[in-house]
Amino acid sequence: MNLLGLYNYWVFAVLLMIGFYAVVAKTNLVKKLMGLSLFQAAVFLLYITMGKITGGTAPILQKGVSDAVFSNPLPQVLILTAIVVGISTTALGLGIVVRIQEEYGSIDEKDIQEIDRR
Amino acid sequence: MTILDAHLPVLPVVVPMLIAPLVIMLRPRGLAWAAATATSSMAFLIAMALAAGALDGEAQRYALGAWAAPYGIELSVDSFGALLLLILTGASTLALLAGKASLDQQLEADRQPLFLSAWLLVLAGLSGILISADAFNIFVFMEISALASYILVAGGPDRRAMPAVFKYLIMGTIGATFYLIGIGLVYMMTGTLNLTDIQVRIQDVSDLRPILVAAGFITVGLGLKAAVFPLHVWLPNAYNFAPHAATVFLAACATKVSLYILLSFDFVVFQQNLIGHEMQFAAFLMPLAVLGILAASAVALFEPNIKRMLAFSSVAQIGYILLGASMVSLLGMTASLMHMFNHALAKGALFMAVMCLAMRFPSLELDALAGAAKRMPWTMGAFVVGGLSLIGIPGTAGFTSKWYLITASMEFGGAGWLLVAVIVLGSLMAVAYIWRVVEVTCFRQPETGPVEVSEAPRLMLTVTWLVALANVYFGLSPWLQTRLAEGGARMLLGEMP
Repeated sequence: MNLLGLYNYWVFAVLLMIGFYAVVAKTNLVKKLMGLSLFQAAVFLLYITMGKITGGTAPILQKGVSDAVFSNPLPQVLILTAIVVGISTTALGLGIVVRIQEEYGSIDEKDIQEIDRR
Repeated sequence: MTILDAHLPVLPVVVPMLIAPLVIMLRPRGLAWAAATATSSMAFLIAMALAAGALDGEAQRYALGAWAAPYGIELSVDSFGALLLLILTGASTLALLAGKASLDQQLEADRQPLFLSAWLLVLAGLSGILISADAFNIFVFMEISALASYILVAGGPDRRAMPAVFKYLIMGTIGATFYLIGIGLVYMMTGTLNLTDIQVRIQDVSDLRPILVAAGFITVGLGLKAAVFPLHVWLPNAYNFAPHAATVFLAACATKVSLYILLSFDFVVFQQNLIGHEMQFAAFLMPLAVLGILAASAVALFEPNIKRMLAFSSVAQIGYILLGASMVSLLGMTASLMHMFNHALAKGALFMAVMCLAMRFPSLELDALAGAAKRMPWTMGAFVVGGLSLIGIPGTAGFTSKWYLITASMEFGGAGWLLVAVIVLGSLMAVAYIWRVVEVTCFRQPETGPVEVSEAPRLMLTVTWLVALANVYFGLSPWLQTRLAEGGARMLLGEMP
């Protein structure tokens, strides 16, 4: 349980926070979506990491090998679904940004608020 | 029929999801609407059959693909789920029935099939959340319903719908991702995703800290999706700029479905396993509930647009629902679940009346609606009935749950009276903001001379009154919501007193 052994989890937390910061702090809508993607990608890393067992291999039965240690395939399958969800969200978000650009002529949150206030 | 019965729990998802892609192809005018309404009514009938089963006290379980739990994905419908399924499918059906003319007014004919297809996907996704007993499945259904409901909101004719839906998308995704982190941590410690199985296996987990973190992530993430104050900022604009029919649908059920998962997790999965979890839950959510009731009602008091005013009132009602739940007593929980049903009825009637008003008035700003009751007497009549139910006047549905809520608060003795004061104050503010609308529409003279009566289309008006009368019926004999809510509360609280 040393700190470096938890390397992947550190990366997960840092990526998560970078993504979250971008979502909250950036006013450009495309940058917000980039942050959101990063935020989701961090969670994928969490799932992949938890399925890995040191020395583990792909869960395929082989002739003559009986003592193989398998990594858990389930989190990877789950995250495959989550990746699809993430792509759909990003695609829909970008679609909305395109519509905002058409309607407002800007993709900056501040400009949009300014235009709406008028 | 027996085969259908055996597969009943899975049908609320399968039926709308299969019809949704077909609806896109129904180009001729009105056909897509007819198909969507028929599908939604079918889902409503299925929900009624499931609710009848739940009233008999049996939890209906279903193993998808005949793979037994915990390896296969399990579906289960208990009284709580059945209650919300009724709200969900009922709201969808009535909103579609009433909303035909409004959809024609707000959406071009060629966009309608796409919009209605997204509508059915929302229905399928939200139903999926309610019937699923698998944590990850719930996430997938949550995202299906969320992505489709962004499309519903973006269908609004005002361009301000776009920034509103963008905010909704960002906050909804953050909420869902928090939930995903939470179930990831739970899976890490227990190795299972089946809710009942998690509950059993948590007992063997020696280090409970990750579970506690998971509880935090799940509660906050779902709080975001359920628009718990102060995480509600996406809601008012999203509801305001969505097409009126979609607002009726989403306002009645979308946030409550998130609350359903929140309560299922915090009570069924974590409650008996984390030490003092009910204290953590109550101490975190009760202040938010109280603040939500007071702050959102206060904002509604000064909101000039009546649709947005009702949206803020929805945030306050989420506060009542949470307040009941955070009392962690049988009465409080029953009140909370009942209020989900009653609020859906009241807010459904109110938003439908707003939809009727929007058929004849170009603007929903309060000042533009002066004298509306003279032009649309029946519409405003339904609005008043819905408003009375929202306030909680005896004889309407809203009264029954507020009565339960007050009784539950008094069980606490001294401090309980503070909660009673909050509930009464919130209701008084509701009186004030509903009265503002009544005053302007009934007693203020319109600026342009005399006006003739021009009511909303007959179908829309009939359905609006149907919902308004349902408020009175379920206020006078609240058997249905009381029994389902009590069954649900007993299930949630389990062994606890």
